[in-house]
Amino acid sequence: MSLTLRRPASTAPPAAGARRGKVERQWPLALALLAPAMIVVFGVVLYPMGRTLVLSLVDATSALQTAFSFSGLSNYTALLSDSEFWATVWRTAVFTVFSTAVELAVGLLLAQFLNQRIRGQWFFRSLVVLAWALPTIVSANMWRWILHPEYGALNGLLMNLGLLDSYKDWVGGPTQALFVVALVDAWKTTPLVAILLLASMQTIGDDVYEAAAMDGAGAVRRFLSITIPMLKPAIAVVLVLRTIEAFKVFDIIYIMTRGGPDSGTTTIAFYTYLKAFSNQEFSLGSAAAYLTVLFIFVLSLVYLRMLRTDSGGTA
Amino acid sequence: MRPSRFYRPSMYLCGALLAAVVLGPFALLLLASVSPQAGLLGKPPDLWPDSPTLDRYAAIFTQAAGGVAGDFRVVLVNSLVVAGCSVAVSLVTGVLGAYAFARLRFPGRRLVLFVFMLTYMMPPLALVVPMYMTGAALGLLDTRTSLVVVYCSFTTPFVLWLLSGYFRALPAELEEAARIDGCGRVGALIRVVLPVARPGLISAGLLAFLMAWDEFFYALIFTSSPASKTVPVALAEFTGRYSLDFGLMAAGGLLAAVPPVLIALIFQKHITRGLAAGAVK
Repeated sequence: MSLTLRRPASTAPPAAGARRGKVERQWPLALALLAPAMIVVFGVVLYPMGRTLVLSLVDATSALQTAFSFSGLSNYTALLSDSEFWATVWRTAVFTVFSTAVELAVGLLLAQFLNQRIRGQWFFRSLVVLAWALPTIVSANMWRWILHPEYGALNGLLMNLGLLDSYKDWVGGPTQALFVVALVDAWKTTPLVAILLLASMQTIGDDVYEAAAMDGAGAVRRFLSITIPMLKPAIAVVLVLRTIEAFKVFDIIYIMTRGGPDSGTTTIAFYTYLKAFSNQEFSLGSAAAYLTVLFIFVLSLVYLRMLRTDSGGTA
Repeated sequence: MRPSRFYRPSMYLCGALLAAVVLGPFALLLLASVSPQAGLLGKPPDLWPDSPTLDRYAAIFTQAAGGVAGDFRVVLVNSLVVAGCSVAVSLVTGVLGAYAFARLRFPGRRLVLFVFMLTYMMPPLALVVPMYMTGAALGLLDTRTSLVVVYCSFTTPFVLWLLSGYFRALPAELEEAARIDGCGRVGALIRVVLPVARPGLISAGLLAFLMAWDEFFYALIFTSSPASKTVPVALAEFTGRYSLDFGLMAAGGLLAAVPPVLIALIFQKHITRGLAAGAVK
Protein backbone atom coordinates (compact mmCIF):
# COMPACT_ATOMS: atom_id res chain seq x y z
CA MET A 1 0.00 0.00 0.00
CA SER A 2 1.68 3.17 -1.02
CA LEU A 3 0.02 6.48 -1.14
CA THR A 4 1.12 10.02 -1.64
CA LEU A 5 -0.94 12.86 -0.31
CA ARG A 6 -2.42 14.74 -3.18
CA ARG A 7 -2.31 18.45 -3.61
CA PRO A 8 -5.56 20.37 -3.40
CA ALA A 9 -7.60 20.92 -6.50
CA SER A 10 -6.52 24.50 -7.00
CA THR A 11 -3.06 23.39 -8.10
CA ALA A 12 -4.37 21.15 -10.86
CA PRO A 13 -2.34 20.99 -14.05
CA PRO A 14 -3.84 22.83 -17.02
CA ALA A 15 -6.39 20.84 -18.94
CA ALA A 16 -5.21 18.73 -21.83
CA GLY A 17 -6.94 20.69 -24.53
CA ALA A 18 -5.57 24.00 -23.36
CA ARG A 19 -2.03 22.68 -23.22
CA ARG A 20 -1.99 21.97 -26.92
CA GLY A 21 -3.06 25.52 -27.57
CA LYS A 22 -6.36 24.47 -29.06
CA VAL A 23 -9.09 26.97 -28.38
CA GLU A 24 -11.85 25.00 -26.78
CA ARG A 25 -14.89 26.43 -25.07
CA GLN A 26 -15.04 24.22 -22.06
CA TRP A 27 -17.51 25.98 -19.82
CA PRO A 28 -20.72 24.71 -21.44
CA LEU A 29 -19.53 21.14 -21.01
CA ALA A 30 -18.28 21.85 -17.48
CA LEU A 31 -21.65 23.31 -16.56
CA ALA A 32 -23.47 20.33 -18.00
CA LEU A 33 -21.25 17.89 -16.11
CA LEU A 34 -21.48 19.83 -12.86
CA ALA A 35 -25.19 20.62 -13.00
CA PRO A 36 -26.42 17.32 -11.49
CA ALA A 37 -24.07 17.55 -8.50
CA MET A 38 -24.88 21.23 -8.01
CA ILE A 39 -28.61 20.52 -8.03
CA VAL A 40 -28.25 17.61 -5.60
CA VAL A 41 -26.02 19.53 -3.18
CA PHE A 42 -26.68 23.26 -3.52
CA GLY A 43 -30.39 22.67 -4.06
CA VAL A 44 -30.59 21.01 -0.67
CA VAL A 45 -28.02 22.92 1.38
CA LEU A 46 -27.77 26.54 0.25
CA TYR A 47 -31.29 27.59 1.20
CA PRO A 48 -31.08 26.09 4.71
CA MET A 49 -27.63 27.69 5.14
CA GLY A 50 -29.02 31.13 4.39
CA ARG A 51 -32.27 30.50 6.21
CA THR A 52 -30.48 29.52 9.41
CA LEU A 53 -28.43 32.70 9.16
CA VAL A 54 -31.65 34.69 8.85
CA LEU A 55 -33.21 32.80 11.76
CA SER A 56 -30.21 33.70 13.88
CA LEU A 57 -30.92 37.39 13.24
CA VAL A 58 -34.65 37.38 14.07
CA ASP A 59 -36.78 36.31 17.01
CA ALA A 60 -38.21 32.95 15.89
CA THR A 61 -39.57 30.83 18.71
CA SER A 62 -41.70 28.41 16.70
CA ALA A 63 -41.23 26.28 13.64
CA LEU A 64 -44.51 27.54 12.25
CA GLN A 65 -43.95 31.23 12.83
CA THR A 66 -44.12 33.22 9.61
CA ALA A 67 -43.72 36.84 10.71
CA PHE A 68 -40.47 37.75 12.40
CA SER A 69 -39.02 40.95 13.67
CA PHE A 70 -35.40 41.64 12.92
CA SER A 71 -33.34 41.61 16.07
CA GLY A 72 -29.87 42.28 14.77
CA LEU A 73 -27.10 40.52 16.59
CA SER A 74 -29.07 40.30 19.82
CA ASN A 75 -29.22 36.49 19.68
CA TYR A 76 -25.47 36.38 19.38
CA THR A 77 -24.89 38.87 22.19
CA ALA A 78 -27.40 36.99 24.32
CA LEU A 79 -25.39 33.80 23.86
CA LEU A 80 -22.04 35.45 24.32
CA SER A 81 -23.11 37.01 27.60
CA ASP A 82 -24.67 33.78 28.87
CA SER A 83 -22.45 31.91 31.33
CA GLU A 84 -24.21 28.64 30.42
CA PHE A 85 -23.07 29.08 26.81
CA TRP A 86 -19.46 29.63 27.86
CA ALA A 87 -19.63 26.61 30.16
CA THR A 88 -20.71 24.67 27.06
CA VAL A 89 -17.82 26.07 25.04
CA TRP A 90 -15.43 25.14 27.84
CA ARG A 91 -16.76 21.56 27.97
CA THR A 92 -16.45 21.32 24.18
CA ALA A 93 -12.85 22.53 24.43
CA VAL A 94 -12.06 19.99 27.15
CA PHE A 95 -13.70 17.20 25.15
CA THR A 96 -11.92 18.23 21.95
CA VAL A 97 -8.46 18.64 23.46
CA PHE A 98 -8.65 15.48 25.53
CA SER A 99 -10.11 13.18 22.87
CA THR A 100 -7.87 14.58 20.12
CA ALA A 101 -4.76 14.26 22.30
CA VAL A 102 -5.58 10.64 23.13
CA GLU A 103 -6.39 9.86 19.52
CA LEU A 104 -3.23 11.47 18.21
CA ALA A 105 -0.91 9.92 20.81
CA VAL A 106 -2.38 6.42 20.62
CA GLY A 107 -2.91 6.76 16.88
CA LEU A 108 0.77 7.57 16.30
CA LEU A 109 1.94 4.59 18.35
CA LEU A 110 -0.65 2.37 16.69
CA ALA A 111 0.39 3.49 13.21
CA GLN A 112 4.03 2.88 14.10
CA PHE A 113 3.07 -0.62 15.28
CA LEU A 114 1.02 -1.32 12.14
CA ASN A 115 3.98 -0.23 10.04
CA GLN A 116 6.26 -2.96 11.46
CA ARG A 117 7.05 -5.92 9.26
CA ILE A 118 5.93 -8.68 11.57
CA ARG A 119 4.13 -11.87 10.85
CA GLY A 120 0.35 -11.66 11.26
CA GLN A 121 0.31 -7.93 10.56
CA TRP A 122 -2.74 -8.42 8.31
CA PHE A 123 -4.63 -9.57 11.42
CA PHE A 124 -3.69 -6.47 13.45
CA ARG A 125 -4.56 -4.16 10.56
CA SER A 126 -7.91 -5.94 10.18
CA LEU A 127 -8.60 -5.36 13.89
CA VAL A 128 -8.12 -1.63 13.42
CA VAL A 129 -10.35 -1.56 10.34
CA LEU A 130 -12.95 -3.58 12.26
CA ALA A 131 -13.07 -1.06 15.11
CA TRP A 132 -13.27 1.81 12.62
CA ALA A 133 -16.16 0.22 10.71
CA LEU A 134 -18.36 -0.35 13.76
CA PRO A 135 -21.22 2.18 13.46
CA THR A 136 -20.93 5.02 15.99
CA ILE A 137 -24.34 4.29 17.45
CA VAL A 138 -23.46 0.62 17.99
CA SER A 139 -20.23 1.61 19.70
CA ALA A 140 -22.04 4.15 21.90
CA ASN A 141 -24.77 1.64 22.82
CA MET A 142 -22.16 -0.98 23.57
CA TRP A 143 -20.24 1.28 25.93
CA ARG A 144 -23.42 2.58 27.54
CA TRP A 145 -24.25 -0.99 28.51
CA ILE A 146 -20.69 -1.97 29.52
CA LEU A 147 -20.44 1.10 31.78
CA HIS A 148 -24.03 0.92 33.07
CA PRO A 149 -24.04 1.59 36.85
CA GLU A 150 -26.46 -1.25 37.67
CA TYR A 151 -26.34 -3.79 34.86
CA GLY A 152 -23.02 -3.05 33.20
CA ALA A 153 -20.50 -5.69 32.24
CA LEU A 154 -17.53 -3.71 33.56
CA ASN A 155 -18.86 -3.55 37.13
CA GLY A 156 -19.77 -7.24 36.91
CA LEU A 157 -16.34 -8.27 35.63
CA LEU A 158 -14.44 -6.20 38.18
CA MET A 159 -16.62 -7.58 40.99
CA ASN A 160 -16.02 -11.15 39.84
CA LEU A 161 -12.29 -10.52 39.73
CA GLY A 162 -12.43 -9.06 43.22
CA LEU A 163 -11.11 -5.70 42.04
CA LEU A 164 -14.18 -3.80 43.15
CA ASP A 165 -16.12 -3.92 46.44
CA SER A 166 -19.23 -2.18 45.22
CA TYR A 167 -20.70 -1.05 41.93
CA LYS A 168 -19.35 2.21 40.54
CA ASP A 169 -21.24 4.75 38.47
CA TRP A 170 -18.68 5.33 35.70
CA VAL A 171 -20.54 8.28 34.25
CA GLY A 172 -21.87 9.53 37.60
CA GLY A 173 -20.10 12.86 38.01
CA PRO A 174 -20.35 15.63 35.39
CA THR A 175 -16.59 16.02 34.86
CA GLN A 176 -15.92 12.30 34.98
CA ALA A 177 -18.71 11.66 32.46
CA LEU A 178 -17.18 14.16 30.03
CA PHE A 179 -13.84 12.34 30.12
CA VAL A 180 -15.48 8.92 29.82
CA VAL A 181 -17.48 10.04 26.79
CA ALA A 182 -14.30 11.48 25.26
CA LEU A 183 -12.58 8.13 25.80
CA VAL A 184 -15.44 6.28 24.10
CA ASP A 185 -15.06 8.72 21.22
CA ALA A 186 -11.33 7.95 21.18
CA TRP A 187 -11.99 4.19 21.11
CA LYS A 188 -14.09 4.67 18.01
CA THR A 189 -11.88 7.21 16.24
CA THR A 190 -8.28 6.29 17.04
CA PRO A 191 -8.39 3.60 14.31
CA LEU A 192 -9.20 6.26 11.70
CA VAL A 193 -6.33 8.43 12.94
CA ALA A 194 -3.99 5.44 12.82
CA ILE A 195 -5.09 4.56 9.26
CA LEU A 196 -4.45 8.14 8.09
CA LEU A 197 -1.06 8.36 9.80
CA LEU A 198 -0.05 4.92 8.56
CA ALA A 199 -0.75 5.90 4.94
CA SER A 200 1.58 8.84 5.37
CA MET A 201 4.20 6.82 7.26
CA GLN A 202 4.43 4.36 4.40
CA THR A 203 5.68 7.10 2.11
CA ILE A 204 8.84 7.55 4.21
CA GLY A 205 11.66 5.55 2.62
CA ASP A 206 13.61 2.92 4.52
CA ASP A 207 16.89 4.56 3.49
CA VAL A 208 16.25 7.56 5.74
CA TYR A 209 15.92 5.31 8.75
CA GLU A 210 18.89 3.22 7.78
CA ALA A 211 21.10 6.28 7.42
CA ALA A 212 19.99 7.51 10.85
CA ALA A 213 20.63 4.11 12.39
CA MET A 214 24.15 4.11 10.93
CA ASP A 215 24.73 7.44 12.64
CA GLY A 216 23.78 5.77 15.90
CA ALA A 217 20.19 7.03 16.32
CA GLY A 218 18.11 4.63 18.43
CA ALA A 219 14.50 3.66 17.70
CA VAL A 220 13.01 6.40 19.89
CA ARG A 221 15.30 9.00 18.39
CA ARG A 222 14.40 7.89 14.86
CA PHE A 223 10.70 8.11 15.72
CA LEU A 224 11.03 11.62 17.18
CA SER A 225 13.47 13.05 14.64
CA ILE A 226 12.29 11.43 11.43
CA THR A 227 8.80 10.01 11.69
CA ILE A 228 7.12 12.87 13.56
CA PRO A 229 8.53 15.71 11.40
CA MET A 230 7.75 13.80 8.20
CA LEU A 231 4.18 13.26 9.41
CA LYS A 232 3.56 16.94 10.12
CA PRO A 233 1.17 17.49 7.19
CA ALA A 234 -0.78 14.35 8.07
CA ILE A 235 -0.91 15.38 11.72
CA ALA A 236 -2.27 18.77 10.66
CA VAL A 237 -4.99 17.06 8.66
CA VAL A 238 -5.89 14.84 11.60
CA LEU A 239 -6.04 17.80 13.98
CA VAL A 240 -8.33 19.78 11.69
CA LEU A 241 -10.60 16.81 10.96
CA ARG A 242 -10.86 15.73 14.59
CA THR A 243 -11.51 19.25 15.85
CA ILE A 244 -14.34 19.70 13.38
CA GLU A 245 -15.79 16.31 14.32
CA ALA A 246 -15.43 17.01 18.05
CA PHE A 247 -17.40 20.24 17.66
CA LYS A 248 -20.11 18.28 15.89
CA VAL A 249 -20.13 15.31 18.28
CA PHE A 250 -23.73 14.38 18.97
CA ASP A 251 -24.48 10.65 18.63
CA ILE A 252 -22.26 9.43 21.47
CA ILE A 253 -23.58 12.03 23.88
CA TYR A 254 -27.21 11.46 22.89
CA ILE A 255 -26.86 7.72 23.48
CA MET A 256 -24.63 7.65 26.55
CA THR A 257 -25.64 10.59 28.70
CA ARG A 258 -28.19 12.86 26.95
CA GLY A 259 -25.95 15.73 27.97
CA GLY A 260 -26.02 14.87 31.67
CA PRO A 261 -25.33 14.47 34.50
CA ASP A 262 -25.81 18.12 35.48
CA SER A 263 -25.17 19.19 31.86
CA GLY A 264 -21.66 17.76 32.33
CA THR A 265 -21.56 16.36 28.80
CA THR A 266 -23.59 19.08 27.08
CA THR A 267 -21.09 20.14 24.45
CA ILE A 268 -21.89 22.80 21.89
CA ALA A 269 -23.63 20.54 19.36
CA PHE A 270 -25.86 19.02 22.01
CA TYR A 271 -26.53 22.45 23.50
CA THR A 272 -27.60 23.73 20.08
CA TYR A 273 -29.84 20.70 19.66
CA LEU A 274 -31.48 21.28 23.04
CA LYS A 275 -32.03 24.97 22.33
CA ALA A 276 -33.62 24.34 18.95
CA PHE A 277 -35.55 21.14 19.54
CA SER A 278 -36.33 20.92 23.25
CA ASN A 279 -36.75 24.59 24.07
CA GLN A 280 -37.98 25.63 20.60
CA GLU A 281 -35.61 28.60 20.77
CA PHE A 282 -34.87 28.41 17.07
CA SER A 283 -33.16 31.76 16.83
CA LEU A 284 -30.81 31.10 19.71
CA GLY A 285 -30.12 27.63 18.35
CA SER A 286 -29.36 29.07 14.91
CA ALA A 287 -27.02 31.67 16.37
CA ALA A 288 -25.24 28.93 18.36
CA ALA A 289 -24.90 26.89 15.15
CA TYR A 290 -23.29 29.81 13.33
CA LEU A 291 -20.97 30.49 16.26
CA THR A 292 -19.91 26.84 15.93
CA VAL A 293 -19.17 27.40 12.25
CA LEU A 294 -17.08 30.42 13.22
CA PHE A 295 -15.16 28.47 15.89
CA ILE A 296 -14.42 25.64 13.48
CA PHE A 297 -13.28 28.05 10.79
CA VAL A 298 -10.95 29.99 13.09
CA LEU A 299 -9.49 26.85 14.68
CA SER A 300 -8.83 25.27 11.27
CA LEU A 301 -6.94 28.38 10.19
CA VAL A 302 -4.90 28.44 13.40
CA TYR A 303 -3.90 24.80 13.03
CA LEU A 304 -2.91 25.20 9.41
CA ARG A 305 -0.80 28.25 10.32
CA MET A 306 0.85 26.43 13.19
CA LEU A 307 1.67 23.31 11.24
CA ARG A 308 2.44 24.76 7.86
CA THR A 309 5.48 23.03 6.46
CA ASP A 310 8.33 24.63 4.55
CA SER A 311 7.28 22.86 1.37
CA GLY A 312 4.06 24.86 1.32
CA GLY A 313 2.04 22.10 2.96
CA THR A 314 -1.50 21.29 2.09
CA ALA A 315 -2.85 24.61 3.30
CA MET B 1 19.65 -2.91 11.30
CA ARG B 2 19.38 -6.04 13.36
CA PRO B 3 16.46 -5.88 15.74
CA SER B 4 17.18 -6.66 19.37
CA ARG B 5 15.91 -9.92 20.81
CA PHE B 6 13.23 -8.05 22.69
CA TYR B 7 11.80 -6.68 19.45
CA ARG B 8 9.51 -9.54 18.48
CA PRO B 9 8.13 -10.35 21.93
CA SER B 10 7.40 -6.69 22.64
CA MET B 11 5.69 -6.29 19.25
CA TYR B 12 3.42 -9.25 19.89
CA LEU B 13 2.68 -7.89 23.34
CA CYS B 14 1.47 -4.68 21.65
CA GLY B 15 -0.57 -6.80 19.24
CA ALA B 16 -2.18 -8.71 22.10
CA LEU B 17 -3.05 -5.44 23.83
CA LEU B 18 -4.61 -4.12 20.62
CA ALA B 19 -6.62 -7.32 20.19
CA ALA B 20 -7.87 -7.12 23.78
CA VAL B 21 -8.94 -3.48 23.49
CA VAL B 22 -10.76 -4.04 20.18
CA LEU B 23 -12.13 -7.55 20.58
CA GLY B 24 -12.91 -7.42 24.33
CA PRO B 25 -15.93 -5.10 24.07
CA PHE B 26 -17.06 -6.97 20.93
CA ALA B 27 -16.95 -10.28 22.78
CA LEU B 28 -19.03 -8.84 25.63
CA LEU B 29 -21.60 -7.59 23.13
CA LEU B 30 -21.73 -10.99 21.44
CA LEU B 31 -22.18 -12.75 24.80
CA ALA B 32 -24.91 -10.30 25.82
CA SER B 33 -26.79 -11.02 22.60
CA VAL B 34 -27.05 -14.74 23.44
CA SER B 35 -27.52 -14.48 27.23
CA PRO B 36 -31.01 -14.87 28.69
CA GLN B 37 -32.51 -11.63 29.97
CA ALA B 38 -32.60 -12.82 33.61
CA GLY B 39 -28.86 -13.41 33.58
CA LEU B 40 -28.16 -10.02 32.02
CA LEU B 41 -30.10 -8.24 34.76
CA GLY B 42 -28.36 -10.16 37.55
CA LYS B 43 -25.77 -8.61 39.84
CA PRO B 44 -23.16 -9.30 38.65
CA PRO B 45 -24.56 -10.14 35.19
CA ASP B 46 -24.17 -13.73 34.03
CA LEU B 47 -22.29 -13.40 30.75
CA TRP B 48 -21.37 -17.05 30.41
CA PRO B 49 -24.83 -18.59 30.12
CA ASP B 50 -25.31 -22.36 30.50
CA SER B 51 -27.91 -22.29 27.79
CA PRO B 52 -27.13 -19.57 25.23
CA THR B 53 -30.15 -18.41 23.30
CA LEU B 54 -30.45 -17.32 19.70
CA ASP B 55 -34.06 -16.24 20.29
CA ARG B 56 -33.31 -12.55 19.73
CA TYR B 57 -31.77 -13.13 16.32
CA ALA B 58 -34.64 -15.46 15.43
CA ALA B 59 -37.16 -12.85 16.57
CA ILE B 60 -35.54 -10.12 14.46
CA PHE B 61 -35.71 -12.31 11.36
CA THR B 62 -39.10 -13.95 11.85
CA GLN B 63 -41.29 -11.84 14.13
CA ALA B 64 -44.10 -10.01 12.37
CA ALA B 65 -43.56 -6.30 11.87
CA GLY B 66 -45.08 -4.34 14.73
CA GLY B 67 -43.03 -5.87 17.52
CA VAL B 68 -39.71 -4.36 18.57
CA ALA B 69 -37.71 -7.22 17.05
CA GLY B 70 -39.80 -7.52 13.89
CA ASP B 71 -39.62 -3.79 13.28
CA PHE B 72 -35.86 -3.96 13.51
CA ARG B 73 -35.83 -6.10 10.36
CA VAL B 74 -37.92 -3.50 8.53
CA VAL B 75 -35.54 -0.82 9.75
CA LEU B 76 -32.49 -2.76 8.50
CA VAL B 77 -34.09 -2.82 5.04
CA ASN B 78 -34.75 0.94 5.28
CA SER B 79 -31.10 1.58 6.03
CA LEU B 80 -30.02 -0.56 3.07
CA VAL B 81 -32.41 1.22 0.72
CA VAL B 82 -31.49 4.71 1.93
CA ALA B 83 -27.73 4.09 1.88
CA GLY B 84 -27.93 2.27 -1.48
CA CYS B 85 -29.91 5.04 -3.19
CA SER B 86 -27.63 7.74 -1.72
CA VAL B 87 -24.59 5.93 -3.10
CA ALA B 88 -26.16 5.51 -6.54
CA VAL B 89 -27.13 9.17 -6.86
CA SER B 90 -23.89 10.54 -5.46
CA LEU B 91 -21.72 8.26 -7.61
CA VAL B 92 -23.42 9.32 -10.85
CA THR B 93 -23.49 13.04 -10.05
CA GLY B 94 -20.07 12.90 -8.37
CA VAL B 95 -18.32 11.18 -11.27
CA LEU B 96 -19.54 13.78 -13.77
CA GLY B 97 -18.67 16.71 -11.52
CA ALA B 98 -15.31 15.27 -10.53
CA TYR B 99 -14.35 14.88 -14.17
CA ALA B 100 -15.19 18.52 -14.83
CA PHE B 101 -13.02 19.65 -11.92
CA ALA B 102 -10.16 17.35 -12.88
CA ARG B 103 -9.94 18.04 -16.60
CA LEU B 104 -11.78 21.18 -17.62
CA ARG B 105 -10.99 24.85 -17.21
CA PHE B 106 -13.90 27.18 -16.76
CA PRO B 107 -14.62 30.49 -15.03
CA GLY B 108 -15.70 30.13 -11.40
CA ARG B 109 -14.05 26.75 -11.04
CA ARG B 110 -12.39 27.53 -7.72
CA LEU B 111 -15.48 29.28 -6.40
CA VAL B 112 -17.74 26.31 -7.16
CA LEU B 113 -15.24 23.93 -5.58
CA PHE B 114 -15.05 26.17 -2.51
CA VAL B 115 -18.84 26.24 -2.14
CA PHE B 116 -18.97 22.43 -2.38
CA MET B 117 -16.39 22.17 0.40
CA LEU B 118 -18.18 24.81 2.47
CA THR B 119 -21.47 22.91 2.31
CA TYR B 120 -19.62 19.75 3.26
CA MET B 121 -18.11 21.39 6.35
CA MET B 122 -21.40 22.87 7.62
CA PRO B 123 -22.50 21.27 10.87
CA PRO B 124 -25.90 19.58 10.34
CA LEU B 125 -27.28 21.68 13.19
CA ALA B 126 -26.86 24.80 11.07
CA LEU B 127 -29.10 23.28 8.38
CA VAL B 128 -31.61 21.06 10.03
CA VAL B 129 -34.31 23.50 11.14
CA PRO B 130 -35.00 24.97 7.67
CA MET B 131 -34.67 21.49 6.17
CA TYR B 132 -37.29 20.24 8.59
CA MET B 133 -39.62 23.12 7.75
CA THR B 134 -39.16 22.55 4.00
CA GLY B 135 -39.67 18.82 4.44
CA ALA B 136 -42.91 19.49 6.32
CA ALA B 137 -44.12 21.87 3.60
CA LEU B 138 -43.41 19.29 0.88
CA GLY B 139 -44.94 16.43 2.87
CA LEU B 140 -41.62 14.58 2.87
CA LEU B 141 -41.18 14.17 6.62
CA ASP B 142 -40.93 10.61 7.86
CA THR B 143 -40.12 9.23 4.41
CA ARG B 144 -37.04 7.42 3.19
CA THR B 145 -36.96 9.83 0.25
CA SER B 146 -36.25 12.76 2.57
CA LEU B 147 -33.24 10.94 3.98
CA VAL B 148 -31.88 10.08 0.52
CA VAL B 149 -32.20 13.73 -0.54
CA VAL B 150 -30.41 14.97 2.58
CA TYR B 151 -27.72 12.27 2.59
CA CYS B 152 -26.84 12.94 -1.05
CA SER B 153 -26.07 16.52 -0.07
CA PHE B 154 -23.06 15.32 1.92
CA THR B 155 -22.11 12.08 0.16
CA THR B 156 -21.95 13.85 -3.22
CA PRO B 157 -19.31 16.46 -2.24
CA PHE B 158 -17.30 13.66 -0.65
CA VAL B 159 -17.40 11.50 -3.80
CA LEU B 160 -16.73 14.56 -5.95
CA TRP B 161 -13.68 15.48 -3.90
CA LEU B 162 -12.26 11.98 -3.73
CA LEU B 163 -12.73 11.26 -7.43
CA SER B 164 -11.49 14.59 -8.75
CA GLY B 165 -8.19 13.86 -7.02
CA TYR B 166 -8.28 10.36 -8.43
CA PHE B 167 -9.03 11.46 -11.99
CA ARG B 168 -6.32 14.12 -11.88
CA ALA B 169 -3.74 11.47 -10.98
CA LEU B 170 -4.59 9.48 -14.12
CA PRO B 171 -2.47 10.28 -17.18
CA ALA B 172 -4.28 12.63 -19.56
CA GLU B 173 -2.73 10.81 -22.54
CA LEU B 174 -5.22 7.97 -22.04
CA GLU B 175 -8.15 10.16 -22.94
CA GLU B 176 -6.31 12.08 -25.59
CA ALA B 177 -5.71 8.84 -27.47
CA ALA B 178 -9.39 7.97 -27.21
CA ARG B 179 -10.41 11.42 -28.35
CA ILE B 180 -8.16 11.27 -31.36
CA ASP B 181 -9.96 8.02 -32.16
CA GLY B 182 -13.17 10.00 -32.31
CA CYS B 183 -14.58 9.83 -28.81
CA GLY B 184 -16.04 12.99 -27.32
CA ARG B 185 -15.11 14.05 -23.81
CA VAL B 186 -18.05 12.20 -22.29
CA GLY B 187 -17.34 9.16 -24.45
CA ALA B 188 -13.73 9.14 -23.27
CA LEU B 189 -14.87 9.49 -19.67
CA ILE B 190 -17.19 6.53 -19.89
CA ARG B 191 -15.08 4.24 -22.08
CA VAL B 192 -11.56 5.05 -20.96
CA VAL B 193 -11.47 6.89 -17.63
CA LEU B 194 -14.11 4.96 -15.68
CA PRO B 195 -12.67 1.48 -16.29
CA VAL B 196 -9.22 2.67 -15.21
CA ALA B 197 -10.67 4.50 -12.21
CA ARG B 198 -12.52 1.48 -10.89
CA PRO B 199 -10.58 1.25 -7.62
CA GLY B 200 -11.37 4.91 -6.94
CA LEU B 201 -15.06 4.39 -7.73
CA ILE B 202 -15.16 1.44 -5.34
CA SER B 203 -13.49 3.44 -2.54
CA ALA B 204 -15.82 6.39 -3.05
CA GLY B 205 -18.96 4.28 -3.26
CA LEU B 206 -18.16 2.20 -0.20
CA LEU B 207 -17.17 5.16 1.96
CA ALA B 208 -20.33 6.98 0.92
CA PHE B 209 -22.33 3.88 1.86
CA LEU B 210 -20.72 3.77 5.28
CA MET B 211 -21.37 7.49 5.85
CA ALA B 212 -25.05 7.03 5.03
CA TRP B 213 -25.32 3.83 7.11
CA ASP B 214 -23.80 5.58 10.14
CA GLU B 215 -25.78 8.82 9.92
CA PHE B 216 -27.87 9.47 13.00
CA PHE B 217 -28.74 13.12 13.51
CA TYR B 218 -30.86 13.82 10.41
CA ALA B 219 -32.55 10.44 10.71
CA LEU B 220 -33.43 11.18 14.33
CA ILE B 221 -35.03 14.51 13.40
CA PHE B 222 -36.76 13.44 10.17
CA THR B 223 -38.10 9.97 10.82
CA SER B 224 -40.35 8.49 13.45
CA SER B 225 -42.28 5.51 12.09
CA PRO B 226 -40.83 2.07 11.28
CA ALA B 227 -41.69 2.74 7.63
CA SER B 228 -38.80 5.18 7.33
CA LYS B 229 -36.64 4.86 10.46
CA THR B 230 -33.04 3.76 9.94
CA VAL B 231 -30.88 1.47 12.06
CA PRO B 232 -29.17 4.16 14.18
CA VAL B 233 -32.55 5.62 15.20
CA ALA B 234 -33.91 2.19 16.09
CA LEU B 235 -30.80 1.46 18.14
CA ALA B 236 -31.05 4.81 19.91
CA GLU B 237 -34.51 3.79 21.14
CA PHE B 238 -32.84 1.14 23.24
CA THR B 239 -31.56 3.95 25.44
CA GLY B 240 -35.09 5.21 25.96
CA ARG B 241 -38.19 3.12 25.61
CA TYR B 242 -36.54 -0.29 25.87
CA SER B 243 -33.65 0.89 27.99
CA LEU B 244 -33.13 -2.36 29.88
CA ASP B 245 -33.35 -4.77 26.95
CA PHE B 246 -29.58 -5.02 26.63
CA GLY B 247 -29.78 -8.40 24.93
CA LEU B 248 -31.90 -7.21 22.02
CA MET B 249 -29.77 -4.04 21.83
CA ALA B 250 -26.69 -6.24 21.52
CA ALA B 251 -28.22 -8.51 18.86
CA GLY B 252 -29.52 -5.55 16.86
CA GLY B 253 -26.23 -3.71 17.22
CA LEU B 254 -24.24 -6.67 15.96
CA LEU B 255 -26.56 -7.12 12.98
CA ALA B 256 -26.25 -3.39 12.24
CA ALA B 257 -22.48 -3.77 12.31
CA VAL B 258 -22.41 -6.66 9.83
CA PRO B 259 -22.69 -4.71 6.53
CA PRO B 260 -20.07 -2.03 7.33
CA VAL B 261 -17.68 -4.47 8.98
CA LEU B 262 -17.91 -6.94 6.09
CA ILE B 263 -17.42 -4.17 3.54
CA ALA B 264 -14.45 -2.75 5.44
CA LEU B 265 -12.74 -6.10 5.88
CA ILE B 266 -13.31 -7.33 2.33
CA PHE B 267 -12.35 -4.05 0.66
CA GLN B 268 -9.72 -3.09 3.23
CA LYS B 269 -7.26 -1.73 0.66
CA HIS B 270 -9.86 0.38 -1.13
CA ILE B 271 -11.17 1.73 2.15
CA THR B 272 -7.84 2.72 3.65
CA ARG B 273 -6.67 4.34 0.43
CA GLY B 274 -9.94 6.19 0.05
CA LEU B 275 -9.81 7.43 3.65
CA ALA B 276 -6.27 8.71 3.23
CA ALA B 277 -7.04 10.43 -0.07
CA GLY B 278 -10.33 11.87 1.17
CA ALA B 279 -8.83 13.29 4.34
CA VAL B 280 -6.57 15.72 2.53
CA LYS B 281 -8.87 18.66 2.14
